[in-house]
Amino acid sequence: MFKYLKQLTSLVAMVAVLFTFTTETMAAKKSKTLKNTQKKGFVRCGVSQGLPGFSNADAAGNWTGIDVDVCRAVAAAVLGDANKVKFTPLSAKERFTALTSGEIDILSRNTTWTLSRDADIGLTFVGVNFYDGQGFMVRKSSGITSTSQFKDGISACTNIGTTTELNMRDFFNSKGISYEPVAFEKADEVVAAYDAGRCDTYTTDKSGLAAQRTKMSNPDEHIVLPETVSKEPLGPVVRQGDSVWEDIVRWSLNAMIEAEEYGITSANADSMKTSDNPAVKRLVGAEGELGAAFGLDNEWSLRIIKQVGNYGESYKRNIADTGILPDRGPNELWTKGGILYVPPAR
Amino acid sequence: MDLKLQKIIPQLITVLVVVLVFGFFTYNAQINMENRGIDFGYGFLSQESSFDVQFSLIEYDGSHSYFRAYLVGLLNTILVSVIGIIFATVLGVIVGVARLSPNYLINQFAAFYVEFFRNIPLLLQIFFWYFAALRALPLPQDADAMLGVFFLTIKGLYVPAFIWENLNVFLYSIIAAIVAIVVIRIHARKVQETQGKQLPVFWISVGLIFILPLLSFLIGGVSLSFEIPKLKQLATTSFIYEGGVSLPPELIALTLSLALYTATFIAECVRAGIQGVGKGQKEAAASIGLNPNQVLKLVVMPQALRIIIPPTTNQYLNLTKNSSLAAAIAYPDLVLVFAGTALMQTGKAIEIVSITMLTYLSLSISISILMNWYNKKIAIKEK
Repeated sequence: MFKYLKQLTSLVAMVAVLFTFTTETMAAKKSKTLKNTQKKGFVRCGVSQGLPGFSNADAAGNWTGIDVDVCRAVAAAVLGDANKVKFTPLSAKERFTALTSGEIDILSRNTTWTLSRDADIGLTFVGVNFYDGQGFMVRKSSGITSTSQFKDGISACTNIGTTTELNMRDFFNSKGISYEPVAFEKADEVVAAYDAGRCDTYTTDKSGLAAQRTKMSNPDEHIVLPETVSKEPLGPVVRQGDSVWEDIVRWSLNAMIEAEEYGITSANADSMKTSDNPAVKRLVGAEGELGAAFGLDNEWSLRIIKQVGNYGESYKRNIADTGILPDRGPNELWTKGGILYVPPAR
Repeated sequence: MDLKLQKIIPQLITVLVVVLVFGFFTYNAQINMENRGIDFGYGFLSQESSFDVQFSLIEYDGSHSYFRAYLVGLLNTILVSVIGIIFATVLGVIVGVARLSPNYLINQFAAFYVEFFRNIPLLLQIFFWYFAALRALPLPQDADAMLGVFFLTIKGLYVPAFIWENLNVFLYSIIAAIVAIVVIRIHARKVQETQGKQLPVFWISVGLIFILPLLSFLIGGVSLSFEIPKLKQLATTSFIYEGGVSLPPELIALTLSLALYTATFIAECVRAGIQGVGKGQKEAAASIGLNPNQVLKLVVMPQALRIIIPPTTNQYLNLTKNSSLAAAIAYPDLVLVFAGTALMQTGKAIEIVSITMLTYLSLSISISILMNWYNKKIAIKEK
């Protein structure tokens, strides 16, 4: 009797193992992160602790910004509702750990794409939603109009845990200038200290300088110097090892940029279904089976455009109209003299 | 036999549970890190750090290793802790004694200070002192010299630098003075025990500690000059001081807030210690003819210290651990430099956090051992 029981249990165990293997492969196709997101009913998105134009919460707790819009686009594509996002404000120091440990599924937090971050620490950068570069802000009254006027002993306020700290060293070393780095954990303290006069200059990404300037006691007293001392391509990041999820985030961003290229906006998206251009029709889900490739329906990109808008709308709403950087500079479409260029959605 | 088993089994189970839980977490972390393509290892410590630090006690810049950056952070943590502990102790003892003062104004003021500072969260106090100081302090070009040579500005406190000649001779003279004092004290005690005579040890000590170093100046070839900070213009409205030594405002604000906060707790320890000595002890001491100073020094303090030391040790530990709040105001301590910037640049979260935790643990244990040794030394020795 016991003999058979033993055989029976091993048989059951084997079947169970086989079964888990088959369901595993099916689930893997559908992506674990995607499955979890659909089960939870919201996208878990890591953002900054408050950077106007990129990710900033108003008094009522509503998040806005172009980084926020990337997460909203993914929510629109995956869950059908751009508002189904849970935002987690993260410091520069916490952000990667939060992503790799699975606390969030997308990190959309003005994060610079670098080789070591991409290759080393279990992260995958999926694209660029803002081309930026590091700059310096000084008080107008100092009379400094160019970084070439910096002298030995200058003190520079910045954030810890960013590429800024490294670029700053490279910059001052190459110029042979000795400097005093004053590095804070949170951006608000950097601004407060610089504003009080602790530092001669405040250095971070130029977009960040422009945005933080609006928070100063008297924004007109400060200028951003013209020099750009580094390349800072900012973009959303996902965990390594879930290529389907990676594709979804990448193409949600790409869809926004391509929609602008083809002139599809949140207002005219529905009417574009009858367009003559097959590329436009594919993007609004009237042709092809693009969504199926990552386990979504065919209107995923239509929902993004209708609920979040195209990249140009997002930029205008968050960055241009708020007076942060009215000039799009490199963040203009390639067809209009910028460097925004995405692979075709087909 | 049964009784032995009964004793051993719960212990075995406890050990097993601890090992299993620890093993599970280690295993889990390993699997998760492998899945996410994160390497584990301490090799990064020898890599070039490529970031600079504002304030360092040893020579350091971005071309040194991460290990060197760790040392910079550690030394800065120790620096702020040691200065903080010294100030907190001095202030704490003064306030603690003041609370027992018969003068109404003094004891009420001390009580107010204690209640006020210990009931406001430390982080808020740090922010207050830092940003209040930044707002209140003058820009370098507007600063008035204190005593002609100190400049307290928004960019820090600039003090004159000492420029020594034959510094070693000066140091030897101090060591010689200390050795002489110790020898004289031992001799004085012997004299008192054998002949009952009291030698003026205090005045001899004071004399020695002044005269010997003074001699080193007069005949030892020691000379000292000062380098006074000078104002230097960087741009139209931007100035710094050059020369001398500069103490960053972050260090000053952090030391100040840690000392003011911890001193309140130490003051309470001191008050408890003094009040814990029975009234009869003082009366008995007075009745055998000791003067009030001797009563305090020979009867009250030795007994009070036994009550004061253990809780004060806790406060020293707290101060050391609280110094990690430095990250909020850009003081480059261990947490900011190593568990902050270095962690970010390498992404080695588990390695760096474990090293940082072990370091704080070692610091705390060292302080504990030192204070326990002192506590044993002053404990009642039954003969």
